[in-house]
Amino acid sequence: MAYTFDWNVALTGQYGGWIIDGMFTTLQISAVSILFSMLLGTVVAVFRLTHLRILQWFALAYTEFFRNTPLLVQIFFWYFGSHAILPEFVNKWLYERDFEFAAGVIALTVYTSAFIAEEIRSGIFSIPKTQLEASRACGLSFIQAMRYVILPQAFRIIIPPLISQFLNLIKNSSLCMTIGVMELTYMARQIESYSFKGFEAFTVATLIYLVISLLVSFVITQYNRLFLRQIKY
Amino acid sequence: MNFDVVIKNFDYLLWGAYPNGPLGGLAMAILLAAGGIFGAFWIGLVAGLGRLSKNPVYRLPSILYIEIIRGIPLLLLIFWFYFLGPVLFGHVLPETTSALAAFIVFTGAYIAEIVRAGVQALPRGQMEAARSSGLSHVQAMQYVILPQALRNMIPSFVNQFVSLTKDTSLASIIGVMELTRAAEQINNRVLTSPTEIYLTILVLYFLICWVLTATSRRLERHMARYQARNR
Repeated sequence: MAYTFDWNVALTGQYGGWIIDGMFTTLQISAVSILFSMLLGTVVAVFRLTHLRILQWFALAYTEFFRNTPLLVQIFFWYFGSHAILPEFVNKWLYERDFEFAAGVIALTVYTSAFIAEEIRSGIFSIPKTQLEASRACGLSFIQAMRYVILPQAFRIIIPPLISQFLNLIKNSSLCMTIGVMELTYMARQIESYSFKGFEAFTVATLIYLVISLLVSFVITQYNRLFLRQIKY
Repeated sequence: MNFDVVIKNFDYLLWGAYPNGPLGGLAMAILLAAGGIFGAFWIGLVAGLGRLSKNPVYRLPSILYIEIIRGIPLLLLIFWFYFLGPVLFGHVLPETTSALAAFIVFTGAYIAEIVRAGVQALPRGQMEAARSSGLSHVQAMQYVILPQALRNMIPSFVNQFVSLTKDTSLASIIGVMELTRAAEQINNRVLTSPTEIYLTILVLYFLICWVLTATSRRLERHMARYQARNR
């Protein structure tokens, strides 16, 4: 093996700082995208269940299109091509800020919200239909029935699959390095090109991703063990 | 919107410079996905059965492999294979080889979980009946459990193929000439219509993946009728 390991490079000094910065950017872009994709995903899921044909079709087209196209191309699309799609003032507002970060958030949000919408829809379908009928019969409107009866129960069931979608989002955020968001993978790549110590840098990055995902799967397992078995219909 | 650039370069998007040059574009993406799923099937089968085994010599390495690979982003794995070359062999592997290796190792872990779920979904009585007819554990797996379980897994395999087809776009990052790379090249050359170019390849990916997803849904409905169930 014609390679000498130098673990200090990736762990201390300037390069160690880069790794820490990258980790925080990864967590930051993931947190923002999780928040927005939950909101958007819930809206799309509810569209899918209304009786308005046009909303149903819109939601169906939305979930099918964004789930069946690669995230990387979506990122490129929003980054290079959004000026022709978004209104002028939105573009101006975005360009004045961190446009790479914004394009990354938009792409991750739109992509993940399509998956989240499907999870929420299947969660809502797993609640017996009589619940909706009973709440409508009690005099609640459709929105009230959703808000107070169906969604609170559905969310309890879909928390584990939702969390695994969040985990996917954290892993997918690594693709934002291609448009220059300085997150964990970007930093590992940068250390590799500055110091040729790619092996060390990528080991550290891999371990950070692993710790995050093992923590999340631990939380899901505990949730399943403690809460999910109490839910019965 | 002006789709002239796209129309002029459409053959480059579909199969690259072939037959005058190397194969690329959509054809390369599909080839990568097909090669990836073929290799991943065998790794996944071994790791999935290993995870179900009672013997820790098979079980622990399988769990380690599955959990590590499922815990890291595919992009990181692609870089791993790209940088492992110099460490292990002293020279960089060709981009296509390292991308394909990363796809196989990555998808293998997900297929292992499909295999495990598929075997566990069969009623216990199948294994018990096979064993009490005098088959060994391996024979029971080979002749009774796997033929049924693998058939039930076909829709999940198709879904995995769809997600691998989407993931082949990541190979463009290390320079493999597939569809996303072709789009980048055209975009870098003309610089006038990124929206149109990226929209076109989004639609190309969508058409392939959507047809496959629809097929897997129909298969699932069709096969639900013939499954052995617990009574």
